[in-house]
Amino acid sequence: MTDTTSGTDEGQVSTSRRIAAIVEPAIEWLIRLCGFSAIFFVFGIFFFVFSSGADFIMNRLDVVEFMTSPEWYPTSVSNKRYGTLALVAGTLSVTTLAMMIAVPFGLGTAVFISEFCDGPFKEALKIIVEFLAAIPSVVWGFIGLAIMNPVIIDVFNAPIGLNVLNGGVILGLMSVPIIVSIGEDALKAVPDTYREASLALGATKWQTVYKVLFPAARSGLLAAVLLGVGRAIGETIAVLMATGHAVQIPNSPLDSVRTLTATIAAELGETAQGGDHYQALFAIGVLLFIFTFAVNLTADLLVRGIKNK
Amino acid sequence: MSRGETEHTDFSATPMTEASHSRQKIARAFLGIATALLLLPLFAIIGLLVTHGMSAITAEFLLEAPTAGMTAGGIYPAIIGTLWLIGVSLAVAAPIGIMAGIYLNEYAPENWVTRMINLAIVNLAGVPSIVHALFGVGAFVLFLGLGTSILSASLTLAVMTLPVIIASTKEALASVPVAFRHASWTLGASRWQTIWHIVLPNSVSGILTGVILQVSRAAGETAPIMFTGAAFYLPFLPQSVQDQCMALSMHLFTVSTQVPNVPEAFPYATALVLLTLVVTFNFFSIGLRTYLRARRKW
Repeated sequence: MTDTTSGTDEGQVSTSRRIAAIVEPAIEWLIRLCGFSAIFFVFGIFFFVFSSGADFIMNRLDVVEFMTSPEWYPTSVSNKRYGTLALVAGTLSVTTLAMMIAVPFGLGTAVFISEFCDGPFKEALKIIVEFLAAIPSVVWGFIGLAIMNPVIIDVFNAPIGLNVLNGGVILGLMSVPIIVSIGEDALKAVPDTYREASLALGATKWQTVYKVLFPAARSGLLAAVLLGVGRAIGETIAVLMATGHAVQIPNSPLDSVRTLTATIAAELGETAQGGDHYQALFAIGVLLFIFTFAVNLTADLLVRGIKNK
Repeated sequence: MSRGETEHTDFSATPMTEASHSRQKIARAFLGIATALLLLPLFAIIGLLVTHGMSAITAEFLLEAPTAGMTAGGIYPAIIGTLWLIGVSLAVAAPIGIMAGIYLNEYAPENWVTRMINLAIVNLAGVPSIVHALFGVGAFVLFLGLGTSILSASLTLAVMTLPVIIASTKEALASVPVAFRHASWTLGASRWQTIWHIVLPNSVSGILTGVILQVSRAAGETAPIMFTGAAFYLPFLPQSVQDQCMALSMHLFTVSTQVPNVPEAFPYATALVLLTLVVTFNFFSIGLRTYLRARRKW
């Protein structure tokens, strides 16, 4: 190429080439570095959350008490207790109720959008679900506080409307969009030949969904549910505002509870930095990280399983 | 029906087919109702926020600082604070996220390291927001010594929203046909030249949809900024990234849970402003995507 160009052009080309020879590898290294950023951050999160509570976790934390005692009295003067069982029960009760709402509605909507709608109507429904996902969690919490609270008091004659029921409904609505979108992807991943074969044999659309698509998309639908569970466990501000502030193991959906996430959000601002209570909140953070990591890992393996098939 | 009577009866549905057809209709109706029941709350929420909050939204509310212990005045510092948080977190997350997307789609070999990266992205997206807040406190506020500031809060938001940008960049790049790259390589262009001159111009709007979505998520988050830089009450505007700031999401949390005697319409109006901001960004993102799909030539 340089053979045929004149002298001045040759000079320009080689200058720009020399610059390129320096700049390009630099950019490519930067891209590689950024490519690995997600790994750095996941390790970084675990490292910093763990190390901020490490002194307490390694030296003074009674693991058995932490996991099995319902007594969370971090500010007691004479009898400090760091048991998370009541908080875990709070998280589990709200998450379970949320899933009882979100799973049937979410999967039902996913089937309806994927199999029974098409054209602009389908697109419109998908966009509305996306808008549902866009509502910030603090707005959901405010809905729980300002709208659901009086409704629950009226309907159930409850003394307080900030409870498992309130938080569960709110969290259910918040988890639905992720279940719908991942569930719809799972159904879309089933080859059309399956549907055609079933319909050609005289099955109705519903029979096809029930007998062919559900078994074929099973692991993807399970992954959708798991990601919904992950979302529900990790949600913070909405449950902080909607579930009341009672650290107790709930007996009925009308009891107030407090979740793991809400405890951190409610107490972190009021603790002395570096104190046992402060570090205990980071220990809860580690627990939450491990919970959600396990749930997401399982969901990811299920989704990957489909892709490899 | 011009055919003979006998043929007609021969092909009529058996009771069993009729039963399965009516089951199909019932199932369809139930699924439709389930979908409608889900979408109802969305409209109910918007309707309630508008009817309760609209009356409080005045020029004064939008353009003045809160006064009288947040029971009067407006939300101007919170709006400006949210814009600061969005801007700074975007400035950090966009370059890292886009380059990570480029790496994963254009450079990454298919091996276990790349699998680990993808797994890390999924998990990063699934880490609870309050754990991100703890990370922000541990890493940015204390370890890097940035204190509770716009910078700490924005960095925390950037880490949290990174997966959104990475995933959409990857998708946008993957939609550029491989043939485009082959053509460019055949003409002697280097890998980076191909990306810069061919792949990116053909995917820039797809990348943009992810960036806008990141902005929308960053605007709505509360937990990650609570302990890293958002202030309960700060009647003046931030001057630099080292200052704290108010934020719309944080302000909604404060006025609806922490402050007594707030006029009833105030939190509704704050929620309405926040929702409008977030939904507008989403609307742009979705609109851009729909437009792109319709326009795509390949």
